[in-house]
Amino acid sequence: MNRREFIKHSSAAVAGTSLLLTACGKQSAVSGQQSAVGDEPSAGKMTYRTNPNTGDKVSLLGFGMMRLPVEAGGTEREHPDSPIDQTAVNEMVDYALAHGVNFFDTSPAYCQGNSEKVTGIALSRHPRSNYYISTKLSNFSPDSWKREESQAMFERSLRYLQTDYVDYLLLHSIGGGRDALATFNGRYIDNGILDWLVEQKQKGRIRNLGFSYHGDVRIFDMLLRWHDEGKYHWDFVLIELNYVDWNYANEINPRNTDASYLYGELHKRGIPANVMEPLLGGRLAKQPTPILHEMKKMDINATPAEWAFRFAGTPEGILTVLSGMTYIEHLQENCRTYSPLRPVTPDENAMLMRLAEQIVGMKAVPCTACNYCMPCPYGLNIPIIFSYYNNCLAEELMPIADGSEDREFRKARRRWLLGYDRAVEPARQADHCIGCNHCIPHCPQRIDIPAEMQRIDSFVEQLKQG
Amino acid sequence: MKHSNSLLRVIRITLATMLFTAVTLLLLGAGWRLNLWLSWVAKLQFLPALMALNAGVLAGLIVLTLIFGRLYCSVICPLGVMQDIFGWLGKKQKKNRYSYSPEKRWLRYSVLAVFAVCVIVGFAPVTTLLAPYSAYGRIVNSLFRPLYDLLGNALAAVDAQQNWYVFSEAELWMRSVTTFVVALLTLGILAVLAWRNGRTYCNTICPVGTILSLFARFSLLRVQLDKSKCKNCSLCERNCKAAAIDYKAGTVDYTRCVACGDCLTQCKHGALGYKTASLTDRFADRRQTAGADREKTADAVDTGRRAMLTGAVVMAGTAAMAQAKIKVDGGLAAIEDKQAPVRHTPIVPPGALSARHMQKHCTACQLCVSACKNNVLRPSTDLMRLMQPEMSFERGYCRPECTDCSQVCPTGAIQPITVEQKTGIHVGHAVWIADNCVPVSKGDQCGACARHCPTLAIQMVNYTTADGRTVQVPAIDNERCIGCGKCEHLCPSRPLSAIYVEGNVVQHVG
Repeated sequence: MNRREFIKHSSAAVAGTSLLLTACGKQSAVSGQQSAVGDEPSAGKMTYRTNPNTGDKVSLLGFGMMRLPVEAGGTEREHPDSPIDQTAVNEMVDYALAHGVNFFDTSPAYCQGNSEKVTGIALSRHPRSNYYISTKLSNFSPDSWKREESQAMFERSLRYLQTDYVDYLLLHSIGGGRDALATFNGRYIDNGILDWLVEQKQKGRIRNLGFSYHGDVRIFDMLLRWHDEGKYHWDFVLIELNYVDWNYANEINPRNTDASYLYGELHKRGIPANVMEPLLGGRLAKQPTPILHEMKKMDINATPAEWAFRFAGTPEGILTVLSGMTYIEHLQENCRTYSPLRPVTPDENAMLMRLAEQIVGMKAVPCTACNYCMPCPYGLNIPIIFSYYNNCLAEELMPIADGSEDREFRKARRRWLLGYDRAVEPARQADHCIGCNHCIPHCPQRIDIPAEMQRIDSFVEQLKQG
Repeated sequence: MKHSNSLLRVIRITLATMLFTAVTLLLLGAGWRLNLWLSWVAKLQFLPALMALNAGVLAGLIVLTLIFGRLYCSVICPLGVMQDIFGWLGKKQKKNRYSYSPEKRWLRYSVLAVFAVCVIVGFAPVTTLLAPYSAYGRIVNSLFRPLYDLLGNALAAVDAQQNWYVFSEAELWMRSVTTFVVALLTLGILAVLAWRNGRTYCNTICPVGTILSLFARFSLLRVQLDKSKCKNCSLCERNCKAAAIDYKAGTVDYTRCVACGDCLTQCKHGALGYKTASLTDRFADRRQTAGADREKTADAVDTGRRAMLTGAVVMAGTAAMAQAKIKVDGGLAAIEDKQAPVRHTPIVPPGALSARHMQKHCTACQLCVSACKNNVLRPSTDLMRLMQPEMSFERGYCRPECTDCSQVCPTGAIQPITVEQKTGIHVGHAVWIADNCVPVSKGDQCGACARHCPTLAIQMVNYTTADGRTVQVPAIDNERCIGCGKCEHLCPSRPLSAIYVEGNVVQHVG
């Protein structure tokens, strides 16, 4: 079966199941609940979206190949020296395909450069027409800005992925770098690589050309202007979207732009949007007690991840929602959520927006405890300070002085301060941060660590004096 | 008769136990603000009340003595009660071990005279050494508190597993070797003296004992020996820890009797009673000097024993110092311990007015040191202010919300202040040392001192280093600096901070 046949086949399948899906949706609306956690998602019910450029029927769940399991357990974050568990990846890929997932997203940079190879091995066991491959031109290092180097990177991707064409190719993470415009020009314009990629698209080696965006919004705007002017045509764009980033991306990280803007700009031009970070780096999967409580009031069976995926999948202009899945249970749950998608209702949307406001108001530090900032030259235990603070937010242990419950406040305050001393020895606490800024360039989350330390310290100081 | 005699003794012991427990908990710095609630117990003490010119307490104690004799020494004074505990143990080892000895009057009054002069001129080393309550305070703070904290830390360890959030961990550290040695010596000497001879210290050295005996000799209620009923069994004399009863002469020395009632329960013949005395009796000369050649006094402590004790103490002290090294974790940068800078003027806590005022009024009981949660106060090692508190910021700084030391001080050396008043008391001023400053020495951007200063007394300004770099360093506004030590404590320069607090001779207010 060639690609064309596959597309026909799959669209027929989608059309054929759509009646069923509608019935199913009605049924669940009546019973008021989705299939319970642990249930096997029924194959053939996956929601698909159509790419207006190529007519690709893309599964709403896309498999992100960046948090692949390693043999020592967990991901390479926990065990950087351990090789990727190819058997587990194969199993997950098989499962994904069997349950309707047909979009696989990787990059030459992922998993210490091993993701494409592993993905290629797993996917090549299936007919090429059964899936779409998405990869990126990840020429981050200035050494790879040279035309030949960048070209070699693309060729390598094809080789590793064991294919002669890429369905979706992205300029990787535009908007980054100290000077975002200079970085963009260096990576894609001055070396003529963007034009070269357009050529490759004309040759059929790239079916869809797009970009992924983080950071400086002026680059995003510039690329869309080029699209409007007919200078370049973008078949799709990968953006960070979730119910917190929708309106509060800027509040979480001053370098980011609200997803509602990004999506709106794409949608009005008819450019399909792919979604990354539907769980905001996993943070939306583990919710603080009060948030969880709100969610459970709405639907006792739904998990926080399910809410996040339903939100991310609801806008019509979304082609696929990428999820970096390590365990097959993640994959099962996400397949369940999108088999089929139940779009969030206006009421549910209002609740999520309310919760987003609360989550942002809690001001958690987006630290993933990767430890790259360590050791702090002045002895601070940076990840533990952040994790203690975030945990207290999540566990609803922040003492709130509202005057009425003085005793309760005192108790909570004692607990907080005592817990802080137990988590971090006093000489390594936030007040010892001098703002030398050595840590900042090491942080992959671009957290302004000294500023966060000062924020936490002034909170502690308030508690002590309150 | 017998029954009421033993009842009196039971009441005395019960009261003494309660007050002793309270004052000990207070001096241990008991948690949950218990020590602040109990601070009145310290304020009942005679010398602190005298230092604080607390007329009410002084009058009360004098009236108490005029009625009951030196009951103070048996009930209120923790050093007295502590000696009774050793004496009680001594009597378990050997029954009826005491005997009458004549009063060492010249010694008592010489010590009192020296003491009075020292109080008046403010010569702290003698005053603080002789003050009985303070001696007990030092024993508790230096010797018992580490044990108490160890127990607390064990509970805190369990707490940390069980998540009770009740017990917190305390930092164990040697605040002053000198004070530790003095406390150990005091305890050792008093334990031996009390074990063998009861209240020798109280009746020869203690200035409070001597002062109270001036009133006790006229006391309304007193132990009286009815010679007509006495069978000369000598049990009363041999159980008098004050060596005040001379059964042969039938006399009791009321200047030394501490009204403990031990003798009353010993007499099988009803010859002893704690009764009111007539005016004539009370003003008659009650000191017959019978049995002049009986010995056993404070002099009994021979110098050899003293030397041995000193040796043992010094060894214990060095052992404790060697253990104080801190082990650090692997994955984190090592943190060097801070060192105290040389301060030309000592910093005394807010409310102490001046180092001079502190020197004159403090009896070095260590109560404030116990109460200091931030590990700022420690006993001075300076000879003229020996064991009196001073501030230093290697382990913490004077937190704005805390006024505990001023609340507990019984002598008025630290006047009570409020949190609001504290914000306007300038105990010292910050001094900057360019060579230690991290932007100068390492080139790292800093500003920790400026960021943390609670009174905004520090601004970061440009500064050109010797090698021509322009860096940001702190400029201090001494008018705003209150000397809390936060900048010194949080300064990243180690072991010596690049910014430190120099004491103000007199604390500035406003």
